[in-house]
Amino acid sequence: MTTVLFVVFGGSALASALLAVTRKNPVASAIWLVGMFFGLAGVYVVLEAYFVAAVQVLVYAGAIMVLFLFVIMLLDLRSKQLDLEASPRMPILGVCAAVLFVVVSGMALMDAHDAGIFPDAAERATLVLDGSPEAIGADLFGRWLLAFEVTSLLLLGGILGAVILTKRRLT
Amino acid sequence: MATTLDSLLALDFPGAALAGLFLATGDLVEYVPVLVMLIFAVLFAGANLGLSFVLGAKGKTNPVKEAAYECGMPPITDAHQRFSVKFYLVAILFVLFDIEVVFLYPWAVHFGEKALQTFLFVEMLIFIGILFLGWWYVIRKGAVNWAQE
Amino acid sequence: MQIWLDELRGDVSWLGNLPAGLVYTLGIVIACKIVLVYASLLAGETVWLERRISGRMQARIGPNRVGPQGLLQFLADGVKLLAKEDIIPATADRPVFILAPIIVFVGAFAAFAVIPFGDGIVAADMNLGLFVVLSLTSIEVVGIIMAGWASNSKWAVLGAMREVAQMISYEIPLGLSALGIVLLAGTMNLSDIARQQEGAIWNWYVFRGPFAFASFFVFFTAALAALKRAPFDLPEAESELVAGFHTEYTGFRFAVFFLAEYSAMILFSILTAVLFLGGWSPGFPVDLDSGIARWIGALILFIKTILLLSVMIWIRWSLPRFRIDRVMYLCYKVLLPISVVCVVGLAVQVLVAIEWLGLEHAVGGWLGGK
Repeated sequence: MTTVLFVVFGGSALASALLAVTRKNPVASAIWLVGMFFGLAGVYVVLEAYFVAAVQVLVYAGAIMVLFLFVIMLLDLRSKQLDLEASPRMPILGVCAAVLFVVVSGMALMDAHDAGIFPDAAERATLVLDGSPEAIGADLFGRWLLAFEVTSLLLLGGILGAVILTKRRLT
Repeated sequence: MATTLDSLLALDFPGAALAGLFLATGDLVEYVPVLVMLIFAVLFAGANLGLSFVLGAKGKTNPVKEAAYECGMPPITDAHQRFSVKFYLVAILFVLFDIEVVFLYPWAVHFGEKALQTFLFVEMLIFIGILFLGWWYVIRKGAVNWAQE
Repeated sequence: MQIWLDELRGDVSWLGNLPAGLVYTLGIVIACKIVLVYASLLAGETVWLERRISGRMQARIGPNRVGPQGLLQFLADGVKLLAKEDIIPATADRPVFILAPIIVFVGAFAAFAVIPFGDGIVAADMNLGLFVVLSLTSIEVVGIIMAGWASNSKWAVLGAMREVAQMISYEIPLGLSALGIVLLAGTMNLSDIARQQEGAIWNWYVFRGPFAFASFFVFFTAALAALKRAPFDLPEAESELVAGFHTEYTGFRFAVFFLAEYSAMILFSILTAVLFLGGWSPGFPVDLDSGIARWIGALILFIKTILLLSVMIWIRWSLPRFRIDRVMYLCYKVLLPISVVCVVGLAVQVLVAIEWLGLEHAVGGWLGGK
């Protein structure tokens, strides 16, 4: 039954993503993007990554989406303007970029597979999947400690960058 | 959660395939009410709005009635104007601090159960310390000071 | 939910004979329906409560004609709003305008699925409870920004921008002060958090030391601001912004926003009671975890919820409105540092309890240990 749910959520996420990139109105695109985030959260729940699912909704649908909408409003983007600016070659370029992305990520996955990162069928049977915050905490603050601390530097960089960029305008 | 698995095998009534959606193994079953609640909330709001569409008064429209409210005057200029960058700054700071809070939650749950607590505590102090520097910079630059100008 | 349904199948013989899948399906659907109806009824009654209390505070009576003491006033208002003409401004972005109230409503109501109304009286008893509540309520912001933008009215756009800036800013101290309780409890499961506070009144998390006490006030203040209740109601300040983001909304579309606002108040009242004020614990040791007794616990939690709602209403009708720069000042320069200090302080508290005092877990007592 999880397969059915996976297809339902994954399909809705894909459909929303397609609608998000094809809408002319930027606000409509943004709304379909919210739909995609929810579909993705559903996929995470089906994969038993509950914490990631909740984070998906909190950070993407709740926070990043607000930022997107603010930017759309701040720049006062209109569908008319977008029409004028969009060149007819854009869809072709988009398709090229998508194909390139699939090829590159596919090759990366193949490499990872060859390197033996993915568990084979026998390993998978014994693998215990645990997406609980306890398990994430244990992993994040043990094995991936350095990555975690570097993240704080990344966030600091983000804060500094945002302040520097906007304060120059203000004063 | 063995009971769920058993009942998964015992689907023997009409509409079982649909009901099967509600029967997943593990903690998954606890997330089904959230999905059902989301659907119900959409239906509840949608149904009531539909009902008001049916029951609501239907008046004639005219340009003045359909105009956006602006102190009783005909609206001048478009409402979609550019906004102060302050709002944008608040949004981006929110994203960054929100991610910090998200990182702290698994730490808080993990903190109470393991033996390496002092180590965990120092880890988090470094994390919070680095972000405190960011906060200090934001405050010193007056980035959230809306009284200026 | 599942455990509860299993219990029910054991107790009621004809339910036990039915296939488990059917019982689960119907059980979940019925439970969600009950929670939704209960939450919306309570939201309606909260409107009545607010009008009565504000009436008393202004030496008026308030609505008292429809039903006993005016208790059915919200139904009359609902019917009235259903019959109103629905006007969508000509310049509005129609699909977004129509969708916005539904998103706000979903953001406010979906979180009720994980809220415990009593010991075991919860639709979804999940380990991530608190986190899921915070994430589902954060969707509301998207609906508000859409409503303001789609209205294409200056008041609506201004109100929405202010409101969103305020709501997202206060979500950070809100999340951090709730984090302090997660530190003490060691879990995000709301039912477990409430259970840990059973027994004597000093088991309530609000009384677990100075940091927990401060966290409670930070949480409640941030909740008031996130709910845009007075004194933080400047996004819809009547005297300057007409009605804020829902200026252009009429009839039942407005009612949906209104319901969402009051249900979010109820949500945060229950959350405050569960996190800090002992949940369904009456403040003295008593066994409330089975059968009929759990409904007494539910009643106690209900009373606490109503009291917290009354405090919110009392604050609204007593305090004047903040200025926007003071709102930002309070959030970033007062509440944010206080909540971070509280988190660190509570971490030290747990650390001392476990590492040095050798207690099993930091539950019970002043520092910990049950």
